[in-house]
Amino acid sequence: MSHLVATAHALWLRDLKRFFRQPSRVVGALGQPVVFWAVFGAGFSRSFKVPGAEDTAYGAFLFPGILAMTLLFTAIFSTVSVIEDRREGFLQAVLAGPAPRSAIALGKTLGGATLALIQTLLLLPFAPLAGVPLLQANFPALLATMVLTALAVTALSFALAWSFHSSQGFHAVMSILLIPMWILSGAMFPVSGASEWLGWLMKLNPMTWCVTALRRSLQGDALATAASGMSSGAGMEVAVVAGFCVVAVGLAMLRTRR
Amino acid sequence: MSSGVPLLEGRGITHRYGSRVALSDVSFRAHAGEALAVIGPNGAGKTTLFRILLGLLTPESGELRMEDRPVSPRDPALRTVMGVVFQDPSLDARLTVRENLTLFASMHLLRGARARERVDELLRMLELTDRADELVQKLSGGLKRRVELARALVHRPRVLILDEPTTGVDLVALRTFWRFIDQLRQRDGLCVLVTTHRSDEAERCERVMVLNLGKVVAEGTPEALISRVGGDVIVLRTTETEPVARAVRDRLGLQATSHDGEVRVPCTHGPELIPRVLEATGGWGHVGAVTLRRPSIADAFAVLTGSSLEDEPMGGGA
Repeated sequence: MSHLVATAHALWLRDLKRFFRQPSRVVGALGQPVVFWAVFGAGFSRSFKVPGAEDTAYGAFLFPGILAMTLLFTAIFSTVSVIEDRREGFLQAVLAGPAPRSAIALGKTLGGATLALIQTLLLLPFAPLAGVPLLQANFPALLATMVLTALAVTALSFALAWSFHSSQGFHAVMSILLIPMWILSGAMFPVSGASEWLGWLMKLNPMTWCVTALRRSLQGDALATAASGMSSGAGMEVAVVAGFCVVAVGLAMLRTRR
Repeated sequence: MSSGVPLLEGRGITHRYGSRVALSDVSFRAHAGEALAVIGPNGAGKTTLFRILLGLLTPESGELRMEDRPVSPRDPALRTVMGVVFQDPSLDARLTVRENLTLFASMHLLRGARARERVDELLRMLELTDRADELVQKLSGGLKRRVELARALVHRPRVLILDEPTTGVDLVALRTFWRFIDQLRQRDGLCVLVTTHRSDEAERCERVMVLNLGKVVAEGTPEALISRVGGDVIVLRTTETEPVARAVRDRLGLQATSHDGEVRVPCTHGPELIPRVLEATGGWGHVGAVTLRRPSIADAFAVLTGSSLEDEPMGGGA
């Protein structure tokens, strides 16, 4: 086994250990998306209509977006730990070790993505309660999208967090870049209902492709196409998400060279 | 001990931060079983040198050699022979002692039963066995240092880098720490490079290298460096260290450094000089007590660099 794989594996295992040692994190991670879904779902239930799919309840429309949010937020919170690791000195011991630095990017990305996946999978059984029956879901496409999105957003978040020495600085990036990526992903409102310039911005946002792929695999072509205004199909969407994943992981690995 | 091919050697290492020279043509040799102390005032270049040795920084010029072969600082072959105890904590405080050691063992490809045996062995040697399953954050400062040492040794390094390893550690803990290191030096030929602000720690090493403003200003055995001071050090206890030191310098032309309520005057023929020193400082008015002692590395350091070795490290210095 190479030093790269060994170090990435050790860091991945460490993230899992630390996560399950803090029950509050497990509960919080599950509670937050549920609260978000309940509040937003109830708040918009009477005023919201998807153009072209008017009979879809807002709670059902929002569900794939909540899955994406869970992936993104878990990724953010687990990569903040790289800033703590730097501040608390743990990182220097890993950097002085035998593995190339990219092992840290790989280990932290795998760790964060695994936690994000675990939490999203815990959320999935609640789908029928939100009006999203699971029996007709395209599970291969759904799982592929979840795995690739988890890796992509964790790697992106890691790449952004890498050079920060305090989590305050990273919070700014989070609110300027990462959270807007989720808001403008078609998670909260459909691309098809947005103004033209915003619609374009949303189509350029890789998160939009993640949310559309999640929605297509969970809720079928009609709603996904109506909401996103894209008739790209599952294959194309998963491919774009895979591309996003490759670029983000590459970026994270490159960032550690400095 | 210092004959033959050095285990680790640096040749002409130079590094700049912008226009500021941090290291200028620094060379050193460290042999198996030997301990080399690197001492210098804050900003002398110790941290830069160690960052280069640890592969955290690539020097502008110069080379590292391992057993007479050139080696890049990031070369896994070099990284696996090196262990390091950092000045600051480097453990994961939310994992247990054993989990920390196992984690770093696995980064060095030690897994399964071999990792367990090595971790158990280190826990036994450092008397940590009964604390093995406690979270690191619950341990006292002295115990944490011992776990840091165990972490640095988990992959059986041949070179151990110690960056101010005993800052803030009491004398008993310091002796325990070094008794263990000396054992490894004798038994396994462990080569030790250490930066320190403690005279007693530097004097434990076979050789001492003094850095000042990025240059090596002296290198040799502790005895050879101490002999540069002369035979004696007159120590004046006073509340007014600066005026007293200035008076000694100006009126007698001797070196005098002040530190922590003391003025130290390295000299030869100390006993004969005491009356003249007291006269120069205006008699007993300012001076509470006078003692005469043998010089230490700290005195040699003061003579060579004009700074005090025992001043607390500021941390994050170059």
